Amino acid sequence: MKWIAASAIAALLLVLPYLAGDFYINLASQILIAAVFALSLNLLVGYGGMTSLGHASYLGVAAYVSALMASRYGIGHGTAAIISIAGTTTMAAFFGLIALRASGLGFLMITLALSQVLWGLAYRMSGVTNGDNGIAGLTRPTPFGISLESAASFYWFALIVASFAFLMMATFVSSAFGSSLKGVRDQSRRMAALGFNPWMIRWITFIYAGFWGGVSGLLYVYYNKYIHPSSLSTTSSAEALLGVIAGGSGTLGGPVVGAALVLLLKNYASAYIERWNMLLGLVFLLIVLVMPTCIVPGFSKLATALRKGSR
Amino acid sequence: MTPLAGNYALEVINLKKAFGGLSVTQDVSLVIKPGERRLIIGPNGAGKTTLFNQITGDMRPNSGTIKLFGVDVTKLKPYKRAHLGLSRTYQIITLFNHDSLEHNVALGLLGLRPARWQMWLPLSHYNDLATAARRTLDAVGLLHLAQCPVSDIAYGEKRRVELAMALAQKPRVLLLDEPLAGLSNTERSQVKSLITSIPRETTVIMIEHDMDTALDLAESVTLLNYGRIIVDGDRDSVIADERTREVYLGA
Repeated sequence: MKWIAASAIAALLLVLPYLAGDFYINLASQILIAAVFALSLNLLVGYGGMTSLGHASYLGVAAYVSALMASRYGIGHGTAAIISIAGTTTMAAFFGLIALRASGLGFLMITLALSQVLWGLAYRMSGVTNGDNGIAGLTRPTPFGISLESAASFYWFALIVASFAFLMMATFVSSAFGSSLKGVRDQSRRMAALGFNPWMIRWITFIYAGFWGGVSGLLYVYYNKYIHPSSLSTTSSAEALLGVIAGGSGTLGGPVVGAALVLLLKNYASAYIERWNMLLGLVFLLIVLVMPTCIVPGFSKLATALRKGSR
Repeated sequence: MTPLAGNYALEVINLKKAFGGLSVTQDVSLVIKPGERRLIIGPNGAGKTTLFNQITGDMRPNSGTIKLFGVDVTKLKPYKRAHLGLSRTYQIITLFNHDSLEHNVALGLLGLRPARWQMWLPLSHYNDLATAARRTLDAVGLLHLAQCPVSDIAYGEKRRVELAMALAQKPRVLLLDEPLAGLSNTERSQVKSLITSIPRETTVIMIEHDMDTALDLAESVTLLNYGRIIVDGDRDSVIADERTREVYLGA
C-alpha cells in the first residue's frame, strides 16, 4: 500500500513536465522548494519537539548571501552556494546556542526574536540589502553548463535537490540518532538518565535543520531571481509552521503535503479573494476539527481502519 | 584522602537542598558499600525522591558532595553519571509510550554506546542491542510482549519494563524509586524475586513504602524524616530502634 502510493507519487513527479504547462511546472517547482523548507522545519517541530517561529531566517539568509555575492561581488554560483550554506549552518550553530537555553514557549520566543532581528536588518540596512526594494536581476546557476532558464529544466533541478534532501532527512530521523532525538522529545529527563546528552542532540538537530533551511533558501532565490525582506518575515516562518502542522508534524509526508496545501491555496485563492490568509486560517481550522491528528497521520489511520473493516 | 575513600559505591556528604524556605534535604550524609542492598524509608514528603534526584543529577544540591566510587560527581550532568554506571527507575512511569517494549529497552542500551551518535543506520540495525533487550525482557517475564507498544500493556507490566530498562544497562549503582507501587500481590512477588536476582556487582538503593516486602530485600535501612536522617544502620537495629517506630511504623 505504502509502496504503491510512493511509486504513484514518483511517477507523477516524473511525467509532470511532459503533461503540464509552464504555469503548473513552475507551481510544482515552488512546492518542491517549500517542501524542503517545511521538511527542515519539521526536524525541529515534529521530531525534536522544538517549535520554532523563526525558521525563515535560514531560508532568507542563505538566499540573501547568495544574492549579494552574485550581484555585488560577482562571485560565481558554485562558490557563492558553498559560502552561503556554510554561513547559514554556522549561523544555525550560533542561534542554537542561544535558543536552546530555553524550551517550549521560551524557545519559540527566542527563535522569533532572532528572526525579527534579521528581518529588521534586511529592511533597514538598505546600503547592503537594498532594503524594501529587494535585490533583483539575479541569475540562475548553470550546473555542468546546463541552463535552468526554462520552467522544465528548473523543475528537474529542484526535483533532484528536493529528492536528495528528502532522502537525507528521512535517513537522519530513522537513524539511531533519530531514535535518540525522538526519545529526547518524549522523555528528556529519562533520556539523560539513560546516558544521552539531550542538549547536544537538540543542538545537532538544530544545526542540521538550519543547513537544509539554507538549501531551500538557495532554491528559493534561484527560482525567483529576486529576494525581498519579506522572505525573512515572521509570516514566512509561520506559513511553513502552519503547513508542517496541518500536514502532520513528525511524519515525513506531512510537511510535503502541508507545504503543497499552503502554496496551492496561496496561488489559487489569491486570484479570487484578496484576504487569502483568512481562507488559509479557515482551512487550518477545518483540518484540526475534522482530523485532530492532521492530514497525513489522519489518512493513514483512516486507511488502516478501512483495511481492517474490509476483512 | 585515605586509600579507603574509594571503597564506597556511593558517598553523600553533608548534602543540603532547600526550595525557598523549605529545607528538603538537611545535612544528609550516608555511605553505601559496593553490592549493598539499602532501603530508604520515611513518610511522604520526607525528601526521599529529592535525595534520589540529587544523586542522579536531575537536581543540584545547594551544598554538599556526592561521590560515585570515589569520583566527585556533584557537578556532573545526569548523562555523565549514567556513563559512570548509575541507573534509576522512576516513581511515576516514564516510558516511551508509542514504541515497543523491545525498542524501549534497546534505547536504554543505546544510551551507553557510541552508536547513539550514528546518523546513518537505524537502531534496528544493531542486532546485539535487540538481542540484549530481548534477553532482559525475558528475565522480567515480558518477552512475549516484546513487540507491543508500551501504551498497550498493563500497569504492572510497565513497572517491570521500567526495571528492565535499568537492568539492561548493567548498572553499578541502581536507584529504585518505589518499584512495587501500585502492584497486585502476584506482581509484587514477581518483582520482589526480580530484585533479589540482581547480581551483586550492582549496588541497589531502593525507596519503598511496602515495608513487608522491602525489608526482606534490604540489608541496611536509612530512615528519613523532614529531610533529615533519623536512623541509619543494619536492618534489624533500625527496625528495633524506638525512633523508627515513632516516625514511621507509628502505630
